[in-house]
Amino acid sequence: MVRYAKPRTVDEALGLLADGDWWILAGGTDFYPALGALPLKRDVLDINGLEELDHITATDQGVTFGARASWTRAVRADLPPAFDALKAAAREVGSIQIQNRATVAGNLCNASPAADGVPPLLALEAEVELRSAREARRLPLSEFVLGNRKTARRPDELVAAILVPRRAMDGRSAFVKLGARRYLVISIAMAAANVEISDDGAIAAARVAVGACTPVALRLSELEAALVGRRADTSLLEVLDDRHFAGLTPIDDVRGTSEYRHAAAREIVGRALLEAVGARGEGARAA
Amino acid sequence: MIEKAPLTFTVNDKPVAVEAPPTARLSAVLRDQLGLKGTKVGCDAGDCGACTVAIDGELACACLVPVASAAGCAVRTVEGLSGDTLSALQTSFLRHGAAQCGICTPGFLVAAARLLEENQHPDEAAVKDALGGVLCRCTGYRKIIAAVMDAGADSLDSLPSQGRVAGRRPDGWGADNEHPLRLASLDTSPSMGEENTSIGSPIPRLDGVPKVRGTDAFGADAFPSDSLAALIIRSPYWHADFAFGDLDNYIAANPGLVVLFTAADIPGINSFGVIPPFADQPALAEGFARFRGEAVAIVVGEREAIAGLDPADFPVSWQVRGHALSIAEGKSAPPLHASRPGNVMAEGKVRRGDADAALTASFVTATGRLETSYVEHAYIEPEAGAAWMEGDTLVIQACTQAPVMDRDDTARVLGLPTEKVRILPTATGGGFGSKLDLSLQPLIGLAALKTGRPVALAYTRSESMMSTTKRHPAEMQATIGADKDGRITGMVFDGDFNTGAYASWGPTVATRVPVHASGPYFTPNYHAAARGIHTNGPVSGAFRGFGVPQAAIMQETLYDELAGKLGIDRLAFRLKNALRNGEPTVCGHVMESGVGIADCLEALQPHWQRACADAEAYNRRPGHIRRGVGVASCWYGCGNTGIPNPSTMKLGITADGRLVLHQGAVDIGQGSNTVIPQICAEALGMPVSAFTLVGADTAVTPDAGKTSGSRQTYISGKAAQMSGRVLRETILRFANVSGDAEIALVGGALVIRDGAASRTIDLRTLPADADGFVFRADESYDPPTVPLDENGQGKPYAVYGWGAQIVELAVDTKLATLELIKITAAHDVGRAINPALAVGQVEGGIAQGIGMALMEEYVPGRTENLHDYLIPTIGDVPEIETILVEVPDPEGPFGAKGLGEHVLIPTAPAILNAIRDATGALVTKVPATPSRVLAAIRAKGSAS
Repeated sequence: MVRYAKPRTVDEALGLLADGDWWILAGGTDFYPALGALPLKRDVLDINGLEELDHITATDQGVTFGARASWTRAVRADLPPAFDALKAAAREVGSIQIQNRATVAGNLCNASPAADGVPPLLALEAEVELRSAREARRLPLSEFVLGNRKTARRPDELVAAILVPRRAMDGRSAFVKLGARRYLVISIAMAAANVEISDDGAIAAARVAVGACTPVALRLSELEAALVGRRADTSLLEVLDDRHFAGLTPIDDVRGTSEYRHAAAREIVGRALLEAVGARGEGARAA
Repeated sequence: MIEKAPLTFTVNDKPVAVEAPPTARLSAVLRDQLGLKGTKVGCDAGDCGACTVAIDGELACACLVPVASAAGCAVRTVEGLSGDTLSALQTSFLRHGAAQCGICTPGFLVAAARLLEENQHPDEAAVKDALGGVLCRCTGYRKIIAAVMDAGADSLDSLPSQGRVAGRRPDGWGADNEHPLRLASLDTSPSMGEENTSIGSPIPRLDGVPKVRGTDAFGADAFPSDSLAALIIRSPYWHADFAFGDLDNYIAANPGLVVLFTAADIPGINSFGVIPPFADQPALAEGFARFRGEAVAIVVGEREAIAGLDPADFPVSWQVRGHALSIAEGKSAPPLHASRPGNVMAEGKVRRGDADAALTASFVTATGRLETSYVEHAYIEPEAGAAWMEGDTLVIQACTQAPVMDRDDTARVLGLPTEKVRILPTATGGGFGSKLDLSLQPLIGLAALKTGRPVALAYTRSESMMSTTKRHPAEMQATIGADKDGRITGMVFDGDFNTGAYASWGPTVATRVPVHASGPYFTPNYHAAARGIHTNGPVSGAFRGFGVPQAAIMQETLYDELAGKLGIDRLAFRLKNALRNGEPTVCGHVMESGVGIADCLEALQPHWQRACADAEAYNRRPGHIRRGVGVASCWYGCGNTGIPNPSTMKLGITADGRLVLHQGAVDIGQGSNTVIPQICAEALGMPVSAFTLVGADTAVTPDAGKTSGSRQTYISGKAAQMSGRVLRETILRFANVSGDAEIALVGGALVIRDGAASRTIDLRTLPADADGFVFRADESYDPPTVPLDENGQGKPYAVYGWGAQIVELAVDTKLATLELIKITAAHDVGRAINPALAVGQVEGGIAQGIGMALMEEYVPGRTENLHDYLIPTIGDVPEIETILVEVPDPEGPFGAKGLGEHVLIPTAPAILNAIRDATGALVTKVPATPSRVLAAIRAKGSAS
């Protein structure tokens, strides 16, 4: 018999995780497609009884997304413009049916290269809170997702929350997703931009991340540095240079070619930046 | 297995208590334990939305919800949307024709009801956003959008059949095991009303009420409650030898398993195929598998035991052989079938005049090569059905497009006389050609025959996608020439079509392509050849158009190039060359009337001028968004190609005063359950409401042929027309009245009025035959065709349909993404029997054409699901304006022609032509994904 547990408290859940190899069930939107028609062979830890994790909370330190917070909860949350990119990504995750059940944290744990949540959360300098019966630790998102379907979560750990630090919440943000159809689509490529603009209209800080062009979505730090001090208008596009995108290693797959992804990444980064600074140009909608 | 636990929640405001594993999918619990079959399972992965329910008011895919998460919640399903009467939303769906096959309808209704709760007057964008998570493969979504936007309208009065057409099953909490005959019957109430239901009337589909209630029984919705379940073991390899291990031990080691079968257990001829001379596919492979997904064994057992099986544990060992997947690999690989050297399965040719000489002498020529991909039918209903024994007769109740073919081929495999197999078609949740072939029928049939118990099976989505047929990938090249006046001089066409591991409908593709590759244009010199090439890829079969949509892309893109070289407007060029009455086709078939292509192109002319002017005006401004306009045409012969293709319709009046039509033309959503009664009613002179319909149960209903080849309205419709006329004449003769007399059934008696005179016939006093009929007519119709000779000359079809479409789009030239702006379609249907259903066909076909053109590419082994294999969503189909052109056909019933396949053909070439108009770049492989469009734009840029 396969074990099933639906604990009511996080401590209870951590106690179970300390003892055995559990498949964690949250929103179910990755769990069931992975299971397919096969019989369950792994013990299942159903965290849908953990009411304490179903929240989005603003504190002095920033904003905390409990592990059970759904994409719909994120869309409906009253959050500053720095979160607009995350909300835009939320509206593009699968369908409303998916957004209502799927969790933001689950999107990170699933660690797909095309995870819609990762670029905007990278641009928010998000951290992941991991808890086990022994300890609690926080990892920057970039150190949590390690590769295609690979994270730093140890088997005895539960992702308890995603934390967006206060320091990353001052900017304006935008998200551009490129897919081959309008709804229910996995990204060919995506870009999130978060830009802080000083009173004189110059870019004070920028954080840009590209998804689906590397095994883990990537911050474009050279581009970010180059943007600082530029005017926050269409002229910022002049900064974009091939070397800013040199870290992208897109593959050929059924959704697009490597060559296409290279070209598209640069284009959608530019569009996300323009939208973030409020200089949205022609054809900003990618697909 | 996880231990079951008790759980309580409410469904549609009723408290329920179930015992289930907490991780069981809510969809499975609703369907299997609570009998709420309105929640459909299309993918079990959240990709199709057919199982959409509301949980505490929020939408969810029930297939992704552990039933434990429903505990304490309020669940609403489609069954909760209506009580004794339909909701306004449901009547709006009926009125607008928003349900075709109906398999996706419950998901749309639940999602739309949620939208309407918070926004009673949504605009189109709001409807799309709210319904974007549900896929439909039939309608093209436009009628769904219209129905939701119009749901607030109080228009019950405009709905002639509302609430008065009885369903196939009682509503609500359905019983598991109804009498099967009832499932195959479409009973219409005799009190349907006095509205005008004659031909030309856009009446709502007669089988629509159960579809919008969610009570229509599809393949997986009517399993006998005591059924055994089954698991099919399939080859995970393209090409491999296999050997079984200890099968007896496997059964013994898994409690609950009853038996398993391999090829050695097949009592008949282990070879099936839709075209008997080419039958080559084993129901269970013998010693080696030719493609990934091929069935090698079927394991039968109790439901829970089967659910606990992992196919990887099955005792079979594989020895992988070399394989061929592409056409080039197939041509050089050892033959998959010994009798087919070079892996050439079949070749079709049409030769007329001297094409090479004509091209040499041409003023201009255009030459091109094009490639297309595997396309998956992606009906939202995976194959499903149940089989059981009734005495010594094997009954198979499943979704299908071809019940009599199913019967004959299943009987052959199982070694039974055909009369000992009875096929009961369920409602079919989309077919588009793939449900013409056998799938699970011989396997569940074998299991029921051998065990004596009912056996039920529903394919998983991936199982459906990997094991059933596809549209043929094509590699085509052609040259077309024209004289200096812009008249076509000649054409050569050569195409290889990847037919996969088995023949299926490949011979039909090889035949139809050369017959149609000229397009509907007068082409005096012509040489066309098409071959089906075997590979170890998925079996390619029938898919809406049998290869003609691929060939049309080749021809229509070359026509644009010719028009460009000649400096002639692209629509004018097509009109100049449009086939006219009295001109021979490439097969030498001369039609003296009924050729409607010029009428379609003329109908498009004002739209073309407007569209071209709009695009030109837009493109005057700078920017990377470029607009383009494209046009393409189609023609398509209805029914089999130069071989017999009869339909029979049985019609009678019973002693108790019922008018019964045995309507055996399977309605897979296209509307034959409505159109054929309309034709019959018109011929008989009685309203549709007077009819009781009996469906395609092979035990009681004569063969109306397969739902394929755009033949049902024309061929079965003609048989229905003839039966209606004969029954009328029989009655009038009996009553000794004039041809103008009116017939009516009143209170179980036949009342005949002839001028001022009236006569009542008491039917109970007349002798009834074995079917209970006191008057009857059984008329058959077979199209008058002439077989093709060795040069493809003859009269392959008695009736053709014609059409042309304009596509307007915008290309983002930096990202190579497209926005479709509008599609205008003109189709000559001869006579629109039911204009609403005809428009529904046009819109649905266009949506599939959009998919083929822009996103659909089945990559074997890689896209066996509906998130990697993309079909258009509600956001991908633009406004469609349909113009129904009526150029009567002298042969069709009341002048009607076929339409179902035609509508898909022009869309993809018109899209490619519009992309080229916008960017100057021709994409030479479909789908024209952003990657391919950008590559084409860049190649064009570097070349110029």
